[in-house]
Amino acid sequence: MTETAMTQTQKSRFQNFDFKTAGPAIALIILCIIGFLLNPAFLSEGNITNLLTRSAFIGIIAVGATFVITAGGIDLSVGSMAAVIAGVMIIVMNGAVETFGTGVTTVLIGCGCSVILGLGAGFINGFLTTKGKIEAFIVTLGTMGIFRSLVTYFADGGTLSLNYDIRGVYRPVYYDSFAGLPIPVWVFIVVAICGWLLLNRTAFGRYCTAIGSNESVAKYSAIRVDRIKTWTYVLQGLCVSLATIIYVPRLGSASSSTGVLWELEAIAAVIIGGTVLKGGYGRIGGTILGALILTTIGNILNFTDMISNYLNGTMQGLIIIVAVWLQRGDWGRKHKNN
Amino acid sequence: MGGEAVPDGQTIAASVLCAERISKSFGTVPVLFSVSMDIKAGEVHALIGENGAGKSTLMKILSGFHQPTSGRILMDGQEMSLPPNGETEKLGVVLIHQELNLAEQMTVEENVFLGREITHRGRLDRQRMADVVQGYLDDIGLNIAPGDRISDLSIAQKQMVEIVKAMSRDARVLIMDEPTATLTEAETSLFFEQIARLKEQGVAIIFVSHKLTEVKEISDRVTVMRDGQWIATQDAGDLTLDAMAQMMVGRELSDLYPPINEADVDADRVLEVKNLYAPDVEGVSFYLRKGEVLGFSGLIGSGRTAVFEAICGLAPIDAGEVLFDGAPAEFTSVSKARDAGVVYLTKDRKGKGLLLDKKMRENLTLFALPKFVRNGSVDRKAETEAMERAVRRFDIRSRDANIDVGDLSGGNQQKLLLAKVMECDPRILIIDEPTRGIDVGTKQQIYHFIAAIAAEGVSVVVISSEMPEIIGVSHRVAVMREGQITGILSGDHINENEIVRYAAGLKRETNHD
Repeated sequence: MTETAMTQTQKSRFQNFDFKTAGPAIALIILCIIGFLLNPAFLSEGNITNLLTRSAFIGIIAVGATFVITAGGIDLSVGSMAAVIAGVMIIVMNGAVETFGTGVTTVLIGCGCSVILGLGAGFINGFLTTKGKIEAFIVTLGTMGIFRSLVTYFADGGTLSLNYDIRGVYRPVYYDSFAGLPIPVWVFIVVAICGWLLLNRTAFGRYCTAIGSNESVAKYSAIRVDRIKTWTYVLQGLCVSLATIIYVPRLGSASSSTGVLWELEAIAAVIIGGTVLKGGYGRIGGTILGALILTTIGNILNFTDMISNYLNGTMQGLIIIVAVWLQRGDWGRKHKNN
Repeated sequence: MGGEAVPDGQTIAASVLCAERISKSFGTVPVLFSVSMDIKAGEVHALIGENGAGKSTLMKILSGFHQPTSGRILMDGQEMSLPPNGETEKLGVVLIHQELNLAEQMTVEENVFLGREITHRGRLDRQRMADVVQGYLDDIGLNIAPGDRISDLSIAQKQMVEIVKAMSRDARVLIMDEPTATLTEAETSLFFEQIARLKEQGVAIIFVSHKLTEVKEISDRVTVMRDGQWIATQDAGDLTLDAMAQMMVGRELSDLYPPINEADVDADRVLEVKNLYAPDVEGVSFYLRKGEVLGFSGLIGSGRTAVFEAICGLAPIDAGEVLFDGAPAEFTSVSKARDAGVVYLTKDRKGKGLLLDKKMRENLTLFALPKFVRNGSVDRKAETEAMERAVRRFDIRSRDANIDVGDLSGGNQQKLLLAKVMECDPRILIIDEPTRGIDVGTKQQIYHFIAAIAAEGVSVVVISSEMPEIIGVSHRVAVMREGQITGILSGDHINENEIVRYAAGLKRETNHD
C-alpha cells in the first residue's frame, strides 16, 4: 500500500509540477498572446496599466481570501463588505467636511474608518465561525446579506455620492501614478509581497496551512486553532478595506450594486491560482496570477468583436473549470494505476 | 460456481483462491517478488510481516484492487483476472480495509445495502432491508439497531458492521487488514467468535495482524512475508511466537524490551495530580517522578486518555489539583502545556498526529514551531538541521526525503510523531498507544527510545492496551477503570494477572497516594 501511494504521488507530483506552479503563469501568457494577436493594442502601455489597475481590487481581496481558504474557511461576504465599507466611508467623509473641511484630514478619517470597519467585519465573521461554531459558509452567507442590505438602507435605495470637493483631494489615490505605475498597482504589489511573506515565511502561514490540512492535528500540535482562524478573517477584512480605499475615488459613489459578485471573483482567482478550496495548500503567487487572468479575459473581450462582451462570465467560468481540471491531474493518472 | 457446493466441515477442500508466483512493481519499484499463497474454504489464513513487507499489496491483488505484474490468480482452480475497484465482491471476495469503508452519516442498514438496495416498484423497501440486517445482527449477537447511525458506533461495532456487510454479500473469501488493531481485548474475543462462526459456514478468511498471539490463537495456517518475498507458509500449530517474529524480522529478537533501570524512589515528583475530575475522569490521583516510566493500563474507555487530555489542556478540568514541580498548574491550552514541557503524543497518528499531505520537515517542526522562528520568520535551515537530527536519532526511513508523510509506513510515521513531540524538549512525555499497528521490529526500537528518553531524565507516561508492552517498559503501572485509578502497581506486582484484576474491577486499592 505504501509503495502504491508513493509511486502515485511521485508520478502525480511530476505531472502536477507544471500545472500547479507554472500553470497559471502559462495560462496568463497564452491569454496575452491571444490578446495581442487579436489586437496589437492589447499590449500597449496604456492597456497594460489599465489592466493592472483593474486587477488590483480583486487581487487585494483575493490575497486575503487565500489565507481564509488555506485555513479551511471561506468568506462569501467580501463583496458586500466592500460595498458597505464604501458607503459608510462616504457618509463619514461627507459628515466630516463640516468640521475638518475638504482637505486630506477628511480623507484620512475616511480611510481610518474603512480599516476599522474592515477589521471589525472580519472579526465578526471569524468570531462567529470559531467561537459560534457555525460553518464559515453559513456565517458569511448571513453577513453577506446583512452588509448588502445595510448599504442599500444607507443609500436609501439609491446612490451615496462623495462630496465633490473631497473627490478632488481623494482622486489621485486611484488616478495618479508613482514611478510609472498607478497607486492601486503599488498597493496591490505591497499587499501581495506582505501576503507572500506571511503565508510562506512565518509561523502564522504554517499554522494556516496546518489547520486547513487537518484541524485536529493542528489542535494537538499546540496551535490555537480558533485564534488563527479568526485572524485569517480579520486579515481578509483588512484586505477588503484596502481595496475599498482605492476603489472609492474611482467613482466617488457607492450603491447597492457596488462590489456585486466580487466574492466569487476573489474565490475564483484563488482557485485558479492553485490554492485548494478545501484548505491545506495555498499559493499567493497563484492568486495574483488568477486575479490577472480574470481581468485579462474581460479586457480581451473588450478588444474584440469575435465574442460578445456579455459572454465575459462564460469565459471566466470556463477558465475556472479548466484550471481546476488541469490541477487535479486525475485525467492522466487513471491509466497508470494498473 | 463450484465453491458453494463445499459441504460444511470439509476443510480439505481445494483452494478457493490461489495466488501463484505473483510479482508486482509500481513503476520501476518492485514490491512483490514471486509470492504464492492459497486459501481454502473454512480456513483462517494469517498473513504476517513487518510494515512494508508487501502484505497490503498482496491483499489488494487478491481482491482485484491491483493487477499483478506477473503471476496467476486462480479462483476455484480456474485462472482469471480479477475485476478492479471492488467488483470482486460480486465473485464473493471481499476486502475489509484497515480504515473502515463506511458512510459515517448513514445508518447501519443503509451501509449494509449500499449499492444493492432492495426496492419494491422503484421505492426502497426499508422494512425488508432492516429485517435482513436485524437478522444478521442477531446472528452475531451485536447489540445495535439497523437504524443506528455509523458515526454513533464504536470502532469495534463498525468493524462488525463491515463483517455483516460482507456476510450479506455472501462472501466466500474475506480478506481483513488488521481488524483487531483498534479493538480492546474483550472486543477482540467477540470478534474472534464471529470469525469462528464464519469459518464454520465455510468462509475462507485471510487475516493480517501484528499481534502474534492472536495469529497463533485464531489461524489455521500462517504465511510470513518479508521485504516483498514469501518466507514461509506453515500450520499455526507448528509455529511458536518467537519463530514467527524471527521469520518476520529475519534476525533474532532477543531483547524486545530494553532493560529497565532501577527506579529512583527519591527522585523529585515532577507531576502530582490530586483528585482530578474532568470529562470521563472521576477523581484521579497519582504522581510521576523525574526519569520514571509510568504505565497506564485499563480497558479502552476507562479514562486513561481523558486524564491526560485534561492535564495537557485538550479538555477542561472540572475539579482537582495538578501540581507541576510542586506548584499548582492548570494548562488551559496545549501551547501552555507545551511551553511548560508537558507534551501529549496522540494514539491517532493519522487523524490527530500528522499532516498526511505534508512533508516530514513541516510535520516535525509544527509542534515546536515557535522555537524555529527567527526575526518573525521560520528558519528553514534550522528546520532542515532538526530534520536531519531526527532522522538519525529516531531512525526514520524513507525512500525519498520529499515524500508526503501519508506515504510513509506506519512505523516510520510513529517515529516521526515521536520526533515531533521531542522537538519541544519536554520534561514530561505522555505517549498514548506507542506502537499501535506497527511491526515488531519498529516496536522494539520505540521501546528502546522510550527507555533512552527516560534515562535522560524525562518522565514518561505510557498509555497502552497491550499488556506485555506496559509490563515491559514501565517502572510502575496505574490501572484505570471507569474513570478512576483502581490500583498502582510496582515491582513484582506488575504482571498480567494483577493488571487484569484491577482493570476488571475485581480488585481495588482503597487508599492510593
